[in-house]
Amino acid sequence: MTVAHSRNDFQSEVIAKTPGGEALLTCLQCGTCGGSCPSGPDMDHSPRKIFAMIEAGMKEEVLQSNTPWYCVSCYYCMVRCPKEIPITDIMYTLKNMAVKAKYYDSSDAPDFSESFIGFIEKYGRSFELGLATRYHLTHKPLSKFSYGPFALGMLMKNRVSLRPERIENIDQLRAILDKAKSLEVV
Amino acid sequence: MRYGYYPGCSLGSTAAPYDVSTKAIAKPLGLELEEIHDWNCCGATEYFSIQKTAAYALVARNLALAADQDGLTQLAAPCSACYLNLRKTDHYMGKYPKIGERTNEALAAGGLSYQPGSLEVRHLIDIVVNDVGLEAIAEKVTNPLKGLRLAPYYGCLIVRPTLGDESFDDPEYPTHLDGLLDALGATVVDFPLKAHCCGGHMTQISADTAYELIRRLLQNAADYEADAIVTICPMCQLNLDAYQSQVNGHFGTSFNLPVLYFTQMIGLALGMQPKELGIGKEIVSASKVLKKIGADTEEAEAKPQRKKRDDQSLPMPKV
Amino acid sequence: MTEKVGVYVCHCGSNIAGQVDVEDLANWAGEELEGVVVARDYKFMCSSLGQELIEEDIKNEGLTRVVVGACSPHLHEKTFRRACSNAGLNPYLCQMASLREQVSWVTTDKDLANTKARALISGAVHRVQHQEELEATEVPVSPNTLVVGAGIAGIQASLELADAGYQVYLVEREPSIGGHMAQFDKTFPTLDCAACILTPRMSDVGQHPNINLLSYSEVEEVSGYVGNFHVRLRKKSRYIKEEDCTGCGICIEKCPKKVLDDVFEAGMGYRKAVYRPFPQAVPKFPVIDTENCIYFERGTCKACEKFCPTDAIDFEQQDTFLDLDVGNIILATGYDLFDTRKIPQYGYGRLANVFTSLEFERLCNASGPTDGKILLRDGVTQPQSVAIIHCVGSRDIRFNSHCSAICCMSALKFGHLVMEKTGAEVYSFYIDMRPNQKGYEEFYDRLLQEGMHFIRGRVAEVTDAVRQPGEEGKLIVQAEDTLIGMQRRIPVDMVILMSGLESRADARDVALKFGIACSMSGWFTERHPKLDPVATMTDGIFIAGTCQGPKDIPASVAQGAAASARVQSMITSGMVEIEPIVATIHEEKCSGCRICNNLCPFNAIDFNEEKMVSVINQALCKGCGTCVAACPAQAITGAHFSNEQIFSEIEGLLFDVVSGSGLKAAEPAKDSVPA
Repeated sequence: MTVAHSRNDFQSEVIAKTPGGEALLTCLQCGTCGGSCPSGPDMDHSPRKIFAMIEAGMKEEVLQSNTPWYCVSCYYCMVRCPKEIPITDIMYTLKNMAVKAKYYDSSDAPDFSESFIGFIEKYGRSFELGLATRYHLTHKPLSKFSYGPFALGMLMKNRVSLRPERIENIDQLRAILDKAKSLEVV
Repeated sequence: MRYGYYPGCSLGSTAAPYDVSTKAIAKPLGLELEEIHDWNCCGATEYFSIQKTAAYALVARNLALAADQDGLTQLAAPCSACYLNLRKTDHYMGKYPKIGERTNEALAAGGLSYQPGSLEVRHLIDIVVNDVGLEAIAEKVTNPLKGLRLAPYYGCLIVRPTLGDESFDDPEYPTHLDGLLDALGATVVDFPLKAHCCGGHMTQISADTAYELIRRLLQNAADYEADAIVTICPMCQLNLDAYQSQVNGHFGTSFNLPVLYFTQMIGLALGMQPKELGIGKEIVSASKVLKKIGADTEEAEAKPQRKKRDDQSLPMPKV
Repeated sequence: MTEKVGVYVCHCGSNIAGQVDVEDLANWAGEELEGVVVARDYKFMCSSLGQELIEEDIKNEGLTRVVVGACSPHLHEKTFRRACSNAGLNPYLCQMASLREQVSWVTTDKDLANTKARALISGAVHRVQHQEELEATEVPVSPNTLVVGAGIAGIQASLELADAGYQVYLVEREPSIGGHMAQFDKTFPTLDCAACILTPRMSDVGQHPNINLLSYSEVEEVSGYVGNFHVRLRKKSRYIKEEDCTGCGICIEKCPKKVLDDVFEAGMGYRKAVYRPFPQAVPKFPVIDTENCIYFERGTCKACEKFCPTDAIDFEQQDTFLDLDVGNIILATGYDLFDTRKIPQYGYGRLANVFTSLEFERLCNASGPTDGKILLRDGVTQPQSVAIIHCVGSRDIRFNSHCSAICCMSALKFGHLVMEKTGAEVYSFYIDMRPNQKGYEEFYDRLLQEGMHFIRGRVAEVTDAVRQPGEEGKLIVQAEDTLIGMQRRIPVDMVILMSGLESRADARDVALKFGIACSMSGWFTERHPKLDPVATMTDGIFIAGTCQGPKDIPASVAQGAAASARVQSMITSGMVEIEPIVATIHEEKCSGCRICNNLCPFNAIDFNEEKMVSVINQALCKGCGTCVAACPAQAITGAHFSNEQIFSEIEGLLFDVVSGSGLKAAEPAKDSVPA
């Protein structure tokens, strides 16, 4: 019986917060994940390199990199990994940790997620128009003119709700979410 | 057969045509779709990025509501992202007891609970192809999509990840949608990138990255001379359709590929009117393409190729 | 009579002494346990000095029983029995208590360790006093040997036995001997032509007076025991009379039916319905493939019969059976390749120019489908760039966790052949390079010099979907170049997949048939992974070559030779000792119910119809005790495991219950001992 043992605290944390994460200890650095990743070329470090950095205990560099935020959740890495490492799930863990460590206070990607969540917690449903407005207006609005034709097209085809929908039992949802947040593994 | 129906947020707005066409074909296919009362957003890929426990709880509320709704055992999700979130939450709650416990503890704060495994979470196309069956559908086809070259596009989240041993279709090379389009009488264009990623929400995070991913898909479908792309996910449809002009602008390409839902194609083959199926709401118009239905194509009568006498080619392996 | 027991507690360095207070244990045994006259502790009981301790005490103290508390009997039971025997004490009057594997190695709690150690010593001391003298029996060993599988390992084993003057029955299920090696072109690292070094051996086998070659045959049934196996073989019909066939090959020439050859040509070429697998086949006789023969399908044709100059075709031929008596069996049944269709993203079967390693060997081979020219699937074009993908189906827990040992070297070999024959660019995509035998690292260096490209990155996918200019009409191999840290797309003309080695598809059935163990992955289990790689736990049955695990040709040859040496030692000694720990049926008590017959895992129990009693074949019996426990009439006794011995051991184990508080276990009433 092998006893699994992480190599540093950061690695332990990542493993503890990811179901099935112990498989990370057996990473061969084969590069299948980095080779499969559709957005890999645009990442600071490929997924494989991130795991090598986790192995080396480089917490700051890992959580400050854009890698998890560029993950498109295509799960190619996860189905192809020869050690069945839950790579995409680890990316979510790294995102959680980066937000908690406030390494992404004023960056784009987490803000998008946070805005999205804000609407869910308010209405129980997502509200694209509100999300797009809030997010784009607060993140380089001037560069967003190119979205003009897209936005116009969507409005004209009536594919955008102009008002948010609210679920009936929003209080129930909020109670559930609040409780869940208090249970979050620290 | 009775199914719980979890439409997901986008079917009420950006993907309204998907909802409309699903409801339109439900009756002729004999599907009883019962919307889950007071369902909430599944969180897409956003909630998990910030907080995992709350993300599972968010999804689990829907599972709990559905499981409690008049003895439902099957939950149908038309959107691949919702489908993944629902089945992943159900699976992880069962496989990892701590996740199951914590999630149920959170649900209890809202007076709910969910026993993992109580529901079978199915993608809408899984139900159509496996429960209704291709033979039954082919029999109902009155308006075969002959003449139409359709590229079946699966995207990622319907076939990946494989949770446990069962998988709806092969994670690398799925074929269910191909089979369906074939049963509808169309010419299926087997383009190699059919299960590659559309970029998801990257259009909002890094447009450059997203546009390149979208461009690849459009290019590949165009290379294989597809008339239209058929999708099974609202995010994919949005990216390929609504951002097509952005992509053209960015790369200087001139793609003009309409992107439709498989439910719309079924409706057309069953003889319904395009308007009934929400056709006309796509950004890249499908009207020209629809005119091709029923027309004769050059390759309609493909003669079987006889091996030439001096053909020295080596045999291909059997698949 | 009271016995005089000697107790010896071994320290085993710190292995036992680190957890167990060995001095205290020996003292306690000497003082507290009945019958113990001598109790010692010693650093290494298995050493010569340790053994001499026992021998001296037997002589000087008149010991009648010996207990050694040490490691597992697996390791040194033989040692201590021999020590007793040397001093004139029957070896079966010695008992071991495993204080290491069952105590010091399984707990870090010293209290627990010491208590259990006492229990085990006490149990052994109680038991040994009820043990009886037993004598091993000897059975003769037949000098004939059965070798199953005529690949290079089987061929090597057969030739060595035959050269030593012993009869060998070499069984091969394909129409020709040679195995996988006959399919290869060149071998690494010398680049020797495989056929050139193999065919002389094949020829020797075919002509050797001591080798009875039974090709196109399979083993149906095996029974018996070491030294005395009975084997039933099925000789499959070739539909050709071997006595009349001259091997001229006219039948093959005239046969009108072309069939895809998916065995020898790996699906890359064709053969006829009547065929020889390859030109240098041994034996030379062709075989008719009845599934594809026009005569067997429809009753017409018979071209082969018409043209055969010696009237050697016989469509009515039947399979025949052969019964053999052999002393030992060597299994050398080889390997199968991983099915690369399980990895769809590599494109095998979908993209024309993706080949497996075996298919590529056939391309290179001069008697292959392209006469040795490396060509694309169109059979005409030479590739200008080739990618070689390592670890396909190996080192992957979803398919096979193991490394297949030979693919890295094979990939280097392929690289060299491609560059030599076509001048193409060759790209190897690897995770690790494993050239680890004599001359292998030097071969890697040679390929580095020859300009082969090495990219460290496991291939993510092989695709024909064009993404940028320059990729049209090519196969694009996408991988992360991990040493640079960059995703790369390399357009090539041809892709070779280094498919992993797997056990034969029917390996588990074969293991069952011969009564040997195999692993979960189907590799035959050796007796000891380090020190006994060619023997199995079944006496008289040996394994050699890739059926034991992935390995290269030199290792297969070495194992074939090793197996033959082991068999030769059995044959020259002429007799083999059968352990006397066997069961005996007491005829007068047997009611003939036959419950025991089917329970025996070793098929050692027969039924005597005349006397209507069951009889145990003590040479086959392994003394497992199943029948002893099952017999409703208690008609069976197991030597060395009598009820008395077992109950006394239990009493001994419960020393702290029995002696501590004045409680004593009740003596079981003699006649009501449950079975």
